[in-house]
Amino acid sequence: MANTPDYSWPPMEKRKIIGQRFKRLDGPQKSAGRAKYASDTRPKDMLFGAYLTNPHAHAKVIGVDTSAAEKTPGVKSVYVAAPAGTELQYQGWEVAAVAATTEEIARDAARKIKVEYEVLPHLVNEADLGKAASRAKQGGEKVVGDPDKALKEADAVSEGQYGFPVVYHSCLEPHGQVIQWMPGPDADGKSDKIMVWPSTQNVPQYAGDLGTRLKVPATNITVDMQYVGGGFGSKFNPDAWAIVGANLSKNAGGRPVHLFLDRQTEQLIGGNRPSAYSKIKVGGKKDGTITVFDSFSWGTGGFGAVNPPNQPYVMTRIQHQRQTLTPVSTNTGTQRAWRAPGNQAASYLTCCAVEDFAAKIGMDPIEVFKVNAQYAPESRVATYRYQLDKAAELAEWKKNWKPRGSQKGAVRRGLGIGIAAWAGMGHASKCRTVIHPDGSVSVEIGTQDLGTGTRTIITQVAAETLGLSMGQVKLSIGRSDLPPDGGSGGSTTVGGVSTSTRMSATNALAKLFDVVGPVLGVEADKLEAVDGTIRSKDDPKKSLSWTAACKKLGTQTISEEGAFNGRNGGNLLTQGAAGVQIADLSVDTETGIVKINRYVAVQDCGLVVNPRLSESQVYGAIIMGISTALYEQRIVDDVTGKTLNPDMEFYKLAGIADIGNIVVHMDIRKEMDSRGVIGLGEPPAIPICAAVANAVANALGVRVPTIPMTPEHVLAALEGRNA
Amino acid sequence: MNSPKDSELPVKPKAGVSRRGFIGGVGLGGGALGAGLLEQEAQAAGAAGVTGPGAVPITLTVNGKPVKVTVEPRVTLVDALRNYINMTGAKRVCDRGTCGACTVIMNGKTVYACSVLAIDAQGKNIETIEGLSTGNQLHPISKAFVDNDAQQCGYCTPGFVMACKGFLDEHPNPTEHDVLHGLGGNLCRCGTYMGIRKAALQAANEMKGGKKNG
Repeated sequence: MANTPDYSWPPMEKRKIIGQRFKRLDGPQKSAGRAKYASDTRPKDMLFGAYLTNPHAHAKVIGVDTSAAEKTPGVKSVYVAAPAGTELQYQGWEVAAVAATTEEIARDAARKIKVEYEVLPHLVNEADLGKAASRAKQGGEKVVGDPDKALKEADAVSEGQYGFPVVYHSCLEPHGQVIQWMPGPDADGKSDKIMVWPSTQNVPQYAGDLGTRLKVPATNITVDMQYVGGGFGSKFNPDAWAIVGANLSKNAGGRPVHLFLDRQTEQLIGGNRPSAYSKIKVGGKKDGTITVFDSFSWGTGGFGAVNPPNQPYVMTRIQHQRQTLTPVSTNTGTQRAWRAPGNQAASYLTCCAVEDFAAKIGMDPIEVFKVNAQYAPESRVATYRYQLDKAAELAEWKKNWKPRGSQKGAVRRGLGIGIAAWAGMGHASKCRTVIHPDGSVSVEIGTQDLGTGTRTIITQVAAETLGLSMGQVKLSIGRSDLPPDGGSGGSTTVGGVSTSTRMSATNALAKLFDVVGPVLGVEADKLEAVDGTIRSKDDPKKSLSWTAACKKLGTQTISEEGAFNGRNGGNLLTQGAAGVQIADLSVDTETGIVKINRYVAVQDCGLVVNPRLSESQVYGAIIMGISTALYEQRIVDDVTGKTLNPDMEFYKLAGIADIGNIVVHMDIRKEMDSRGVIGLGEPPAIPICAAVANAVANALGVRVPTIPMTPEHVLAALEGRNA
Repeated sequence: MNSPKDSELPVKPKAGVSRRGFIGGVGLGGGALGAGLLEQEAQAAGAAGVTGPGAVPITLTVNGKPVKVTVEPRVTLVDALRNYINMTGAKRVCDRGTCGACTVIMNGKTVYACSVLAIDAQGKNIETIEGLSTGNQLHPISKAFVDNDAQQCGYCTPGFVMACKGFLDEHPNPTEHDVLHGLGGNLCRCGTYMGIRKAALQAANEMKGGKKNG
């Protein structure tokens, strides 16, 4: 076809597959225990690896003696990752590793490696900025307007300090991979071959990254990952364990090595979210209009300096602003991206400060947020106001909300608001659709399904486009030899894969139309694929069944790519998701225990390909957020520098009884649908800590400054102690 | 993995060891202990009343079938299943009896397979996720998980399904409140609890009529 095909989505009312609540396609595999994750991979002759890690917060390696480990029967290779002279900046840093015939032998041998350390001074906590000294690098002031004058002229000014500690991703499947590095005849590694089964969010770029680091051509590296047990932003790169595992394999003559972090190491170095603390002044008018936002923020992302997030969040166009950002370098594991990096903390800090301002002027916070929605990006102002009203309606705000501090009983109920903004534009993506003369169809795309439902989404888009049922499309993902998609981060996957799949299937269909058109005596561009037939748009009686149509291909197989380059997606996708959430909870002022009653989320995400899966994303984001808001915090001992809870016992995660009742409202009004596909993994994960903390403040009448809302923090705030 | 206290800890007696080697990973780890065990394997295996410390042949009854395997006495049931029998449905996540990802049913009782030694599982009927569904026929509990989208990444799912089976075997007519308590021993990181609540109730409904083992 000479003309560019029309890729646009069928109108809402004409869709047969897109927009339907299909169950996730890999559900049966998962629920029957048959899904094979990277950590379940057991190739022939596989060895088990074990790490030896640095026990100190800060130390220098003086010497590593691996002789006892090497002599241990069953040990096939030993690798030193941190040779003498290496400075280790946090507990858990990999020092050496062993591969052996059993995991027990590997662990024993790793413990036999003798490491001499010179222990160095450390800083592990940053909440008290005064103790950070030279480890804190105060950034310059960023000023908009005249904040000092605005503070002086404001009808009211609220002040507060808010804290958001470091938390662990706690992916259930730890980081790691099974990897096999088979040396080739050439000494320079150019003929080496590598097979790797990694637990990753980034299949398409994994081989390239790994190849560069190991100096093996990416073309010689095969990546296969069908299931990943959680990543949340922490599993993008091959990482040190891939390099260590690869070397263990190579040194063992090319036997595959299973190297996954144990739970303690996973928590210490497998990823965490940076902390953020902020002292904030908000000034404004009695009608709720905020005129000035003044913040001084600090936080840590580990040894490398990471800025705390920018404020004010969402309300970026407040007239007068000042902010100072101070990253603190600490001797703790390195932060990694986590589901809307920076945004949870930003939402928490800003929304808490806005809620405190509302309390200061004695106004209903819903109204204050609505007034100040004027400062959101222009295109989203109306959406925020709509969502605030909708969330208030679902939470029965008017009936249930009481002004701060007006309750006297032992158990007090509170409602609080959090807001979110996220881009969620699809990433560049390629997809291939193959139509065989026997009518079978395969769709091939080098993406990954993190449990978000990507398999199901791609299949829905392909089936809709080709007029087939879900079962007629065979999907291949998760391998490096497939057309490259992008890494699954930034909520970019659904937009990317939906667009490339739509383009690819449309292109393939156009080829089929070219063949079928003359047979039916209809121009190719007057054909459509509906309900398993190819038929004339004008005269549906002129039709062929899908199988009969494909038979006309003879010996020719159609194989067409769709390439979304990030810009050519037309109205298939876009970016910009807003969200408003309201927590309704009860606080027992005698025990300090917080219980969620009901949690309401109103979320837009453009065109919803599968409402069931999108709701699951929102539920999941909220449950993860409630866990953070109520329970999670990394605790590191100042004196020894040791992390006290790198586990799942004293690092608390929410259980099935801890989350209250969650109400999800997907904003799929027609004007939202017409925007196209927008990513959803991240936006609903943003506002929970804000909503929960604000609800606690509303219930108690005092601000509990730092999450999690544990009894310790709640009781301290009630007693007027600075938690 | 090692701690500065390693050298201060007394070396444990070498015979009769049936502890989990990886407990040493947190605080007990002594190089001397591991080395001693390995060298003593042959003699100790024959000592009266003592199992190990070397690898010993055992028979596990998994999903009704006897499975012979040779493991060191310190090997946990979850490691025996995953690393020696290639039954990887049960997952090793916290490895400390907290998260339930390794849940199996032993003699009708729900257990964390990371907290049971394989040698102690001898002679007991071990039910794992692999035995639950046959062919394309999903067990009603697994089906309920699919129907209610009670899974995302799915890594906790096998453990949750088994915990659900153990719970429903004992409580065939649960209320939602019962479910919250009955499944409180498992953790999910993706946040699938809303679906799991519904799945447990649906499965209870579908399994009524005394068909305990589906």
